This record gives sequence, C-alpha cells and structure tokens, in this order.
Amino acid sequence: MSALTNVSRRGFLQGVLSSGALVLCVHFVPEALWAAEASPQSRADQSVLHPSVYVGVDTDGTVYIIAHRSEMGTTSRTSLPLILADELDADWARVRVQQAIGDPRYGSQDTDGSHSIREFYQPMREAGATARLMLVRAAAQQWGVPEAECMTDLHVVVHKATGKRAGYGDLAPVAAKLPVPKKEELKFKPASAWRYVGKGQTSYDLQDICTGKAKFGMDAQIDGMVYASIEHPPVLGGKLKSFDDKAPMQVKGVRQTVTIDPFTPPHHFQPLGGVAVIADNTWSAMKGRQKLNPVWDNGANAVYNSDQYKKELQATVREPGKAARNQGDVYAAFGQGGKTLEAEYYVPHLAHASMEPPVALADYRDGKVTVWASTQNPQAVQEVISEKLGIPKEAVTCYVPLLGGGFGRKSKPDYAAEAAILSKKVGHPVKVVWSREDDIRFDYYHTVSAMYMKAVLGADGLPTAWLQRSAFPSIGSTFDVNATIAGPGELQQGWMDIPFNIPNLRAENSGAAAHVRIGWLRSVANIYHAFAAQSFTNECAHAAGRDSVEYLLALIGPPRIIDIKKSAPDYPNYGGSLEAYPIDTARHRRVIELAAEKSGWGKRKLGKGQGMGIAVHRSFLTYVATVVQVEVNDQGELSIPRVDTAVDAGLVVNPEATRSQFEGAAVFGTSLARFGEITATDGAVDQSNFDSYPVSRMNEAPYQTNVYIVESSAPPAGVGEPGVPPFAPALCNGIFAATGKRIRELPLSRSKLGA
Amino acid sequence: MIDLKVNGIQRSFDGEPDMPLLWYLRDILGLTGTKFGCGMALCGACTVHKNGKAIRSCITTMQRAAGSEIRTIEDVGVYGLHPVQKSWMEVNVPQCGYCQSGQIMQAIALLNEKPKPKDQDIDDTMSGNICRCGTYQRIRAAIKAAAGESA
Repeated sequence: MSALTNVSRRGFLQGVLSSGALVLCVHFVPEALWAAEASPQSRADQSVLHPSVYVGVDTDGTVYIIAHRSEMGTTSRTSLPLILADELDADWARVRVQQAIGDPRYGSQDTDGSHSIREFYQPMREAGATARLMLVRAAAQQWGVPEAECMTDLHVVVHKATGKRAGYGDLAPVAAKLPVPKKEELKFKPASAWRYVGKGQTSYDLQDICTGKAKFGMDAQIDGMVYASIEHPPVLGGKLKSFDDKAPMQVKGVRQTVTIDPFTPPHHFQPLGGVAVIADNTWSAMKGRQKLNPVWDNGANAVYNSDQYKKELQATVREPGKAARNQGDVYAAFGQGGKTLEAEYYVPHLAHASMEPPVALADYRDGKVTVWASTQNPQAVQEVISEKLGIPKEAVTCYVPLLGGGFGRKSKPDYAAEAAILSKKVGHPVKVVWSREDDIRFDYYHTVSAMYMKAVLGADGLPTAWLQRSAFPSIGSTFDVNATIAGPGELQQGWMDIPFNIPNLRAENSGAAAHVRIGWLRSVANIYHAFAAQSFTNECAHAAGRDSVEYLLALIGPPRIIDIKKSAPDYPNYGGSLEAYPIDTARHRRVIELAAEKSGWGKRKLGKGQGMGIAVHRSFLTYVATVVQVEVNDQGELSIPRVDTAVDAGLVVNPEATRSQFEGAAVFGTSLARFGEITATDGAVDQSNFDSYPVSRMNEAPYQTNVYIVESSAPPAGVGEPGVPPFAPALCNGIFAATGKRIRELPLSRSKLGA
Repeated sequence: MIDLKVNGIQRSFDGEPDMPLLWYLRDILGLTGTKFGCGMALCGACTVHKNGKAIRSCITTMQRAAGSEIRTIEDVGVYGLHPVQKSWMEVNVPQCGYCQSGQIMQAIALLNEKPKPKDQDIDDTMSGNICRCGTYQRIRAAIKAAAGESA
C-alpha cells in the first residue's frame, strides 16, 4: 500500500522552507506492519496469480515476493527475493518485498547458521520458474501458439515469430486459471541468462535506512501501547524475594509494577522472571525501575566465579576426553618421542551486543497475541508465547520488522514472551525494551572454552601426531538441564573436521557445567576451535623453521576429499550432504593461495613492528583464508592496516552483500580478539555496557579489508558467519610475526604487547 | 514547560525535565529514526543535531535541550537526499542499518565543520559511533565521497 502523505500538514513547511507550496511525498509503507488487526494473508496470497507461498503477480504487474527469513544486516531479505525474481524474469523495480509473519508454511524461518541462501536457493528458483511457466502458458493459450515458441523477457512474455508481447500483469488472470505445473516440468534459466544472481544488488531497504524511515523492532508503535522495563534476577535461576512496589509509582508516567514468574528448567527461551515497571514511555519505565529495590534469592548458580572456573576448564583439558574424531593412534605415536610441542588456549564468554537491544511489542486480546518482535525466529516466538500463555501456536501472530543486528541472540525470543505475558497482565499492548545493561548482563552467552594442543614433529617439521582437546559448557544446557557434554553440532565446527594430512590425529572433548545461559553467537564453536588449531599450526610452523603459508599448505596436503565419516562417524556437516558439500582440501588450498598472493605474502617489505599472519578455516560449508597485517608500536599499541580475505562459498548470489559480510566479520573478529570478555562474580555478570564490554570502534578496526570471492558453480554455502573464525588466529599469528609474542588467551586486552 | 524546536517545528513539553531528548523524540513525537543503543553516550546511535552540533540525545535532558533547535534524521533529505545520504547509498554502507541514522548525523556535522576531513579527522570524530556490523571502512569511504561532492 502506498500511503500518500500530505507533508505540509505534518508541518515541515513551517521549518526551513517558505510556506505556501503543497508538498506531497509518496512512501511505501510495509503492509500491516503496525496494524493491530493481523491477517495471515500476505500480499502474495492476495494476488491474482499465486502459485507459491513465496510469490504473487497482480493485475497491475506488481510482483509480490515474500521474504520469510529475518533481515538483520546480511541482506537475505533482498537476496532470496532476487533469486526468485531472476527465475521469474521479473523487473526488480516492479517487485515489492513483503516480510512474512511467522508461519510454518514458509519452511524454516530460523535465520541463523548461515543457511538462508543454501537452504532456500532452490525453493526460490522453483517458485520463480513456476510462476514464469504459468505466465508463458497463459500467453501461448491466448495467442494460440505452441508454448515452446514463447519466451520471457523482462516482465513480459514474447512470441518472436509474430512479435506478440504481453505483460505479466495482463497475463496473471489467465495464468491463475491454469494448473500449477509439477516440479519436473520446470525449466531453469541457464547461468548465462541470470540478471541478478551473481551480479550483486544493494539492500531493498537501503534508502529507508539512510533516511531514518526504516522500521526496526525498536520502532514498533501501536495505539494504546505502554512500555515496560524489566529487572531480571542477576544470577541465572534466581528468584524474586521482595521489591518496593510503592517507590516506582512516584515517578511521573509509571502506571504499575508487574512480576514475571521464574522459568521452569531448562530455561530454553523462557523469560528469566523478575519484575517489570509499566509506564507511559520508555524513560519513565527505566527510571521507575531504579526504585524497585529488588531482593533476590540467587540460587545454585551463585557459585559461579569465572576466574576459578577458568582454572577448572584448563585442568580438564590436560586430561583425556571423549574422542570426536580419531585416526591412527596419537598416544602410541607420542610414546615414540620426537620434537614435541604443547600449548593451551583460552577464549572467554562473549556477548552479542547487537546495536539494537532485545525488544518486542505484544498485544494480547481475547486469547490471541499479535507481536512485533526483533527476532531471528518468528516461529519460536509463536512457540514460546503459546507455551507461556497456554494458547495455541496459531493464536500467535508474529510480525518481523528489521532487526538492528542479531548475531544469534535474537534467535532466542525470551523478551517477546515477556511482552506477551505483560500484555495479558496489564490489558494493554506492551513494548518491552531491554537496556544495553540488560542485553549484556542477561545474554545467551557465547560459551567459555579451554583448548589443549599437542603435536610431535617429524624430520621435515610436519606433525606425525596431532592431539587437540577442548572443554566448554555446551549450548545443549539451554535445552536440557543435564547436558554437559558438547554435541556433534558444536564439535563439527572446526574440531572434528580439521583438514590436516596427519597419520595420527585425534580430537577430544570434555564436558563442563553451565552457570549462565549459553547460546550461539556468529560462527559459534568455530571461534575457539579455529583460534586454537590455527594458532597452534603457526606455532608448529615456527618450530619447524618454515614459512607459515608454505607450512599450512603442506599440513593440508594434496587436493583430496577427506573421508570424514571414517574417522568422525558423527560428523553432521552443517546439515549438508557430504556428496554436495564434501570437505575438499583443494578448496582450502585455493583460498590460502589466493589470500597469500593478494596480500603480497613474502613479497611486501614490512617495517619495524609490522607482521603478517594467516589462518584458514572451513565453516558453514564455506572456505575462508585470511591474512591480517598488524603493526605494534613501541608503546605496545596495536593497529591493523590491512586484511586480505579469500572466500570460496560456492555459488554467490549477492557478491556485494558477501563482501560486506566479510568486511564486517573482520571487525567482529577484531572486537572479540581485542576486547571480548564476559566474566562473572558469584554468578552475576560483571560487564554491563560498552564501557565494560567494548567492541571495535573505527579507530580500532582494520583500516582496509579486501575480499576476494572465488568464482564457483558449487552449491551455495554460508557467508554471514564464515569470515569470523579465521580472523583472531590470523591476527594473533600476525602479532607473533611482528613482536615474537605468542597469544594463547583472548582477549588481547589481557596481554601486554609492548616490550 | 520546556520549549524547543524539532525539525523546524515549535514544540512544548510538560513532562519530566530530566527525560532524555531521545525518548521525547521517539516515544512522544514518534520520530523513531533516532535510535537507542546504550543510554550513556557510548555508542552514538542516538546522535542528533542541537543548534547544528552533533549531540548524544540519550544523555541530553529536556532541560538542557530547552530553547534549542533540534534536527533529526527525519529532517535530512526531505527535499532531496543530502550528499552524505547519497554517498552512503552509493558506497552501500549499511548492513543492519540500526546505527546509520546516528552515523549520518555525525558525518554531516563533521563535514559542516571540516569540509575536507583527513583520515585522522574522520577517525577522531566517527570513533564515538559504534557499528557492530562493522561498516567502518565504508563509512570512511562514504565521508570522503561526500566531501568530494560537496566541494
């Protein structure tokens, strides 16, 4: 729907320009975004021709494409519709993208794991090809010519012999009467005919973002809504003993205080419990909350002190764990002696800290809930609200505005459940706004990990035996109170799949108890696994007296498909088949060679305090090699003048968005490597805002990140996460090259880099 | 009663004088282009102009905004995109986009003061604005592009 707004009525003309002129501006308003009356019907459903839940063609020629995955900055809201539009031969200028509500008919909407393109490339093509074939058949029928003689051009069907042309809008009503073709009948465009796929396209929302019009979850507003700020138990599992329900009422704008019950273990996506202050605006709610004076029963997790816990984790990895992968016999090989290297690595808890803190607006009415949530998983929003309010899942309608970042945090919709619970209790729509302090103190944290590495080097300096052990509290603890052992989902991530050509190779893992909520953060277990494995690789190269790049290639060995199931039977390969997505060391080698060449490895002359480091890592079925150039001055201050990253993600639908993702991953990697650390004292998290939990600012980030995309026709793989894992080890290997100082613990802010 | 101008419109506010300008803009006026990020002037997502200077609206109370002229992202580019907005689009700066209103307001203020900023000027001024998606190199490029265009 286009909303025609008389701008002058809004008073703009009383400002800088002289009054008198009537100014009209047309702005596209996302349908029903803030309407209290929700309809499960999308604009695609309502279109005349709608052969798929993802697409509709209306009589005016408008093509409505459904973006069913959340947009948090990876451009999936643009790139998935682009695939469909390409296969439909639609004019992108005549495409309207509509964001889907949570609904299982769209398939998975859980926007994480870097699999939006991977999983929906084919369904999008099929939806586009289906609509195109129906339009072609409609034209052939109208013109009385064979279907095979008709073809599409941009938004029209043409019959070359007669010169007949018909627009998609005109054909839609005829096409709508035809049966929907079967999959086997579909013909896909050859790659040479692609208009959008592989060409790059900026975000559908680019102009709205640059003009402040884009609507994020934080911007949700409906009539009659009130605002809530919630005091959570500082320790996981803590319970509210008492609070002052009078003092907050003295703050102007505060309406009432409302308690939220604690969760029933496991915590899953349930609210933490606590007490909310309800007010007429966000500020009054936040201010009233400061007067709550809550008293807590902290419960069992008050024993958690991260300094002590670190020592326990480190002791754990010094002992044998459970094998996640095994080939040969490392322990026997160690017994034979040789040049032995051992090292321990440590990566602390991390917080997501997306720029938009968790936020949701919910409206409970007559046993139904409408919710506008900044969420990566609207179907999980439906599930948790259904569970907490005892209403059917279908009674929950979840709209998904733009997300101000997600990084995995917003897959867990505890805050949306809070809004629904509060709306039911107070009888108004309630907008729950988490403060930055809430966000950092009550996250689903990236886990804390310790790694132990041991290798014996042969005469050529290459390892004959390689042992790696990790220990960390598992994400499983969020779903199962008894889960202390990591699952294959975590151990596949850079641990089981270590691509080295070593006869005796073993990856182990040991359990650890969780005392805070553990969740997935951009690239997840790959972060600490890659840090340990790729740093230790560099230690081995140094011990062997060989060049890091040459050594890395030698360690990976000749191009081959690794028979991973032989040594790691549980290896899940990120849900992709090993036939379509094998572990192919030729692709590891290619990205290493490309990154090394482009970075000028071994050729560029570096000055005092400068060094280059490299790391390679396959994650989310994508191969990435990163070279980081570092500079450490006499004061020990670090800067990162340049990063060169080579990416093989198979077929890349949107190269422009892919480059952005890898540039961003270098900054995300810088943040976690330089500053990222969440600690806890007596169960409560110590950090609370960007002063105590810093993330990279412009002057701390890499100055220039160059991204090189390997041209490939392999099936598409992930791009949102895979840039992160190799960054920290490449950076730390660069620091070693520049200073001779080996970093085995993150963050760097704990290490002195100067003399 | 606190009087101020917001995007050229005279406004009166009779609420709590310690309410930050940010929440007045967002919750009372419905100008949601200005974002909440930290509440402590640590991230710059809430950057607006007060009498032409970039300020953090999350720590600027209504009391301190009294009598001033406030300009938000909604007032930039109303009659055609501002050169900074244009270059932001040409360089394709945003990822999630949440911090970009603040980044753009900060960049406009920088270019008003220093039409030809050097790298160091850009770093010094823009390092108060966090982008968690990590669009910094594009922000720097877009500022340079805008500086070229407005010259």
